[in-house]
Amino acid sequence: MSDELSWHLVCEADEIDDEDVMPFDHGDRAYAVYRTPSGYYATDGLCTHEVATLADGLVLGEIIECPMHQGRFHIPSGKAKSAPACVDLRTHPVKVDDGKVYIGLAGDG
Amino acid sequence: MADPPLVIVGAGHAGGRAAQALRHARFDGPVRLVGAEPHLPYERPPLSKGVLVGDQQPADCALNAPDFYRDRQIAVDTGRRVARIERARRQLVFADGGRQPYRRLLLTTGGRARRLPIAGAELSGVVTLRSIDDCLALRALVVPGAAVAIVGGGLIGLEVAAGAVKRGCAVTVIEAAPTLMGRVVPAEIAALLHDRHSREGVRIHLGARPTGFVGDGRVEAVDLEGGDRIPADVVVVAIGITPAVELAEQAGLEVANGIVVDAGCRTSDPDIFAAGDAACAFHPLYGRHIRLESWQNAEKQSVLAARNMIGGGEDHTEVPWMWSDQYDLMLQVSGLTDRYDDTVRRGSLADDGRVVQFLLDGGRLVAACGLGVGTKAGRDIRVAQRLIARGTPPDPAALADPAVNLKTLLRA
Repeated sequence: MSDELSWHLVCEADEIDDEDVMPFDHGDRAYAVYRTPSGYYATDGLCTHEVATLADGLVLGEIIECPMHQGRFHIPSGKAKSAPACVDLRTHPVKVDDGKVYIGLAGDG
Repeated sequence: MADPPLVIVGAGHAGGRAAQALRHARFDGPVRLVGAEPHLPYERPPLSKGVLVGDQQPADCALNAPDFYRDRQIAVDTGRRVARIERARRQLVFADGGRQPYRRLLLTTGGRARRLPIAGAELSGVVTLRSIDDCLALRALVVPGAAVAIVGGGLIGLEVAAGAVKRGCAVTVIEAAPTLMGRVVPAEIAALLHDRHSREGVRIHLGARPTGFVGDGRVEAVDLEGGDRIPADVVVVAIGITPAVELAEQAGLEVANGIVVDAGCRTSDPDIFAAGDAACAFHPLYGRHIRLESWQNAEKQSVLAARNMIGGGEDHTEVPWMWSDQYDLMLQVSGLTDRYDDTVRRGSLADDGRVVQFLLDGGRLVAACGLGVGTKAGRDIRVAQRLIARGTPPDPAALADPAVNLKTLLRA
């Protein structure tokens, strides 16, 4: 896997409400891009417990709750916070440039 | 002599999670988990979903990896039945004659699938669904072309119906009540589910009561009151569970629709606790005792009981929550749906891919039922769960308006 990041446009920064999440698909992978009180973040888009779309979940502060079985993850670190989630989410870098949100993905996706 | 262990009777989801929680809370004394089933603790929801249709395997249901218990020095007795509790001696007596002293005891005995006491109930092909073994037996029968009759149009019955449709079976649901899932969801949500099952080809008989199962050794049909005969290669009796309270009852603990415990999962004996499907616990939010048969309750109440066993003083105040998967739809319910005087609808399944019905009682939100494609209703249900816990009456107009972000009501 290449260490080189490629940056992909997700949306306008104000398209995501404060404390909210937006889905982003690239290749055949799903990602979730968040706006929290401490900034923008991105993680893999599927819950680690089962195949649930985190973008349908509820963001509270820096926590995302999976919409399926209510597992909780700390958004900036991807750490699983409560059962049933026990595997951490993979996080991805995000940058906001000229009012647009970009997600940084490794060169080969 | 070494301290006797904390013993957990019932090695299902609740029992397994309780054992885990004891170690998580840094309890380093002996812990023993005892279960009648031959399996290590597992989660049951997939049994009527992915495992039934072959998309998942029993191993996928395991609560923890097989070496988890050994690594944490949790002794596990599977396939071992407890015959009675001798409270005066603080010991268990096993069906095989063995004895096990305990320091404290947690009963997570769960429940057993109810059977129908009618003619032919013992015929081969008449089955229930509760355990992994039940599931694998049913999975072998739910084959393309099989005529599957399901007695009971509740959560398990309808999930089995959806699974059997997926496997290419001809499915009939027989329900005694005038609507499907009448115990769990309001009529409008029940009608949407009914409609979907009908469109998938499921024949649904409401207000219908089986009088007998017909067959020569193997079931061939279900007879209904009024004379109808439904052909069936398989009959799944899905009419709920009976909580396993025998041990508690014999031990003289209070039993009323489950093992009666306070909000901290304590029975009338200070050394005996109960949690999960078998426990009827006082719920401070509702001011009454409630017995819940849900994944969430097994997951959360067990952890609280474990912590209280080692000196904690917490109450279980979680707002009830459950889900069901049928076809591409997910039903989620938070709160209790048995008492309400008004409903507010938000969205439309046909137009928005999700609908949520809010149930109000005297202006307070008491429950929310969401039906959506995949997890689309999940977020609203989670917000609703918080609004229910809070108890302040939400603005019905805001609940009804999909343009209002429901989360803003939490800030009000």
